[in-house]
Amino acid sequence: MNYPVKHLKMKNLPMAKVTHDLQLIENRQLNPAYHLLIFKSSVAIPEVFPGQFAELLTPDSAATFLRRPFSIYNADYQLNTIQFIVKIVGNGTKKLCQLSTGAIVNIIYPLGKGFSISEGKSLIVGGGVGIAPMYLLSKWLTTNNREFDILLGGRTEADIINVKEFSEYGELDITTENGKLGQKGLITTHPWLKDPGSVYSRIYTCGPEAMMRAVARIAIASQISCEVSLENTMACGFGVCLCCVVATDKGNLCVCTDGPVFNINNLKGWD
Amino acid sequence: MPNLEVNIHNLILKNPVMTASGTFGYGQDFGDFYDVSKLGGIVTKAVSKEPRQGNFYPRMAETTSGMLNAVGLQNKGIDNFESVIYPELKKINTNIIINVAGHTVEDYVYVCERLNQLDHVHAIELNISCPNVKDGMAFGTSCPSATALTIAVRKVYHKTLIVKLSPNVTSIAEIAKAVEDGGADALSLINTLLGMAIDAEKRKTVLSTAMGGLSGPAIKPVALRMVYQASRAVSIPVIGIGGIMNGIDAVEFLLAGASAVQVGTANFINPNAALETITGIEDYLNRHSINDVNELIGML
Ligand SMILES: Cc1cc2nc3c(=O)[nH]c(=O)nc-3n(C[C@H](O)[C@H](O)[C@H](O)COP(=O)(O)OP(=O)(O)OC[C@H]3O[C@@H](n4cnc5c(N)ncnc54)[C@H](O)[C@@H]3O)c2cc1C
Ligand SMILES: Cc1cc2nc3c(=O)[nH]c(=O)nc-3n(C[C@H](O)[C@H](O)[C@H](O)COP(=O)(O)O)c2cc1C
Ligand code: FES
Repeated sequence: MNYPVKHLKMKNLPMAKVTHDLQLIENRQLNPAYHLLIFKSSVAIPEVFPGQFAELLTPDSAATFLRRPFSIYNADYQLNTIQFIVKIVGNGTKKLCQLSTGAIVNIIYPLGKGFSISEGKSLIVGGGVGIAPMYLLSKWLTTNNREFDILLGGRTEADIINVKEFSEYGELDITTENGKLGQKGLITTHPWLKDPGSVYSRIYTCGPEAMMRAVARIAIASQISCEVSLENTMACGFGVCLCCVVATDKGNLCVCTDGPVFNINNLKGWD
Repeated sequence: MPNLEVNIHNLILKNPVMTASGTFGYGQDFGDFYDVSKLGGIVTKAVSKEPRQGNFYPRMAETTSGMLNAVGLQNKGIDNFESVIYPELKKINTNIIINVAGHTVEDYVYVCERLNQLDHVHAIELNISCPNVKDGMAFGTSCPSATALTIAVRKVYHKTLIVKLSPNVTSIAEIAKAVEDGGADALSLINTLLGMAIDAEKRKTVLSTAMGGLSGPAIKPVALRMVYQASRAVSIPVIGIGGIMNGIDAVEFLLAGASAVQVGTANFINPNAALETITGIEDYLNRHSINDVNELIGML
């Protein structure tokens, strides 16, 4: 399914956040663990930037108390829909993926600071569910005439989703640890990450922390810039509880408002 | 329209609903959701003498109907508060109550003396759950130290002095009395209950600090009981806190003896929770044909 790309501004400015009841209009199971959830808003959706996220409240669930954060996978300003890719890991994600179309979910969005635009060619490295913020990023870079390649990695073929959608925007390659799809091995062993400095000026990455740290080390060794999208346990998602901090050169900062996207140069212990 | 105005000592609250410290930042972050001037008051995140980095990650664990936090009073200190945060607070047209934390009596006195100079700070709320560097025990867990701290702050702070009690004590009534004797104008309770979460699969504690503060609906029955006991032990007003998610929860606290309430963890789940708590109380009064919220206080 192709969605029209709205004009996306160059600069990633924080927008006013809203709390809205959205209606689930499609719950598409991509494979046993991953679902694509599409929500429709009855009012115009706010402009969202790649890397920003939303806090979803699981309806009537005694099993979950707090909201759950999810990256915004896609947004359509004509249809007023926003999309999430959800990987089932526990009670909250299971409950969300079991919702039937028509269900109403309260969502706070857009939250956090997303990716920044790069000069020159960039490489997108997404591991597992870490591909979620990368689709909007691909659209954004394309709209702004930036060149980029996309590398998707996972443990098995089940972790590689929506390849067709991604390949519409850039050259794409895949790695899996079991070798059932794409090149066999860890994503960091892919040729594009051998000497990335000779081709790329920036790496954008999101995925398991061990993978992001390995990618960050490669970026540092090749002296190119690297933006990572971090995860953390969040209670509020909008900067008031101070539960989600990460150590940076400016002291402890909130992943939910100062991130989730950080330049690795600003993170402590990422070199 | 029933009357919603209540008094806490010299403080006039347009309605009995405030926000709890550490769950509302300094008010600004909620401006996108609603006009925070509609609240009876805003209690800020703790302010200490020096900047504090707080505890290591992970700082949060979700629990059944609640959460544990180990934030550790992270804040930028009183200098930053005065120069950066205070000018923003001045734009908010309701009672501004500053939550104060410290490790020594001198720390508390220093911060409160500075806050006494600021016109748009209407009251302070002393967080006496902080550990005392001298003996490692929280000020609020022994009557003599709670009284001594209140007396010391009372000398330098001349507006409304609220003391926030820790529930991690054997007798809440005795601590309440000790703080009243020290010269407090009002009490607020409860702060978080000391708790713990363990990940059985990993055989590890979930929080970096092993133990943390439990909040949310899980603590409401304990909070109600303590408000009930404390309000009967003292003659100063009591502010009820603990697991309030809506107007009915707030009414329960008023009935237990609280003159006002604070909404905490609920703000994370529903950013409009404090505002909806006000309308919830109003609905309740209308339904029961009560025309003054003050009639509910202690009306069991
Ligand atoms: C900014 C941000 C963006 C995110 N984007 C997405 C997304 O687009 N798609 C998606 O599927 N998930 C995303 N996540 C992760 C998602 O929020 C968690 O998987 C979800 O909260 C788990 O809820 P649960 O109730 O199913 O699991 P729980 O029952 O809470 O936990 C089950 C297991 O998952 C682990 N877990 C829980 N939360 C996290 C987390 N934040 N990171 C890593 N492990 C966790 C727990 O340790 C536990 O072992 C994002 C997280 C953040 C912070
Ligand atoms: C994340 C978090 C941070 C908190 N920080 C403070 C604080 O700085 N000072 C304080 O006195 N209480 C603090 N509290 C306690 C709350 O103000 C309140 O007393 C407690 O959470 C119980 O109310 P609730 O169940 O409505 O949240 C904090 C609570 C939470 C959840
Ligand atoms: S999750 Fe509350 S401050 Fe980030």
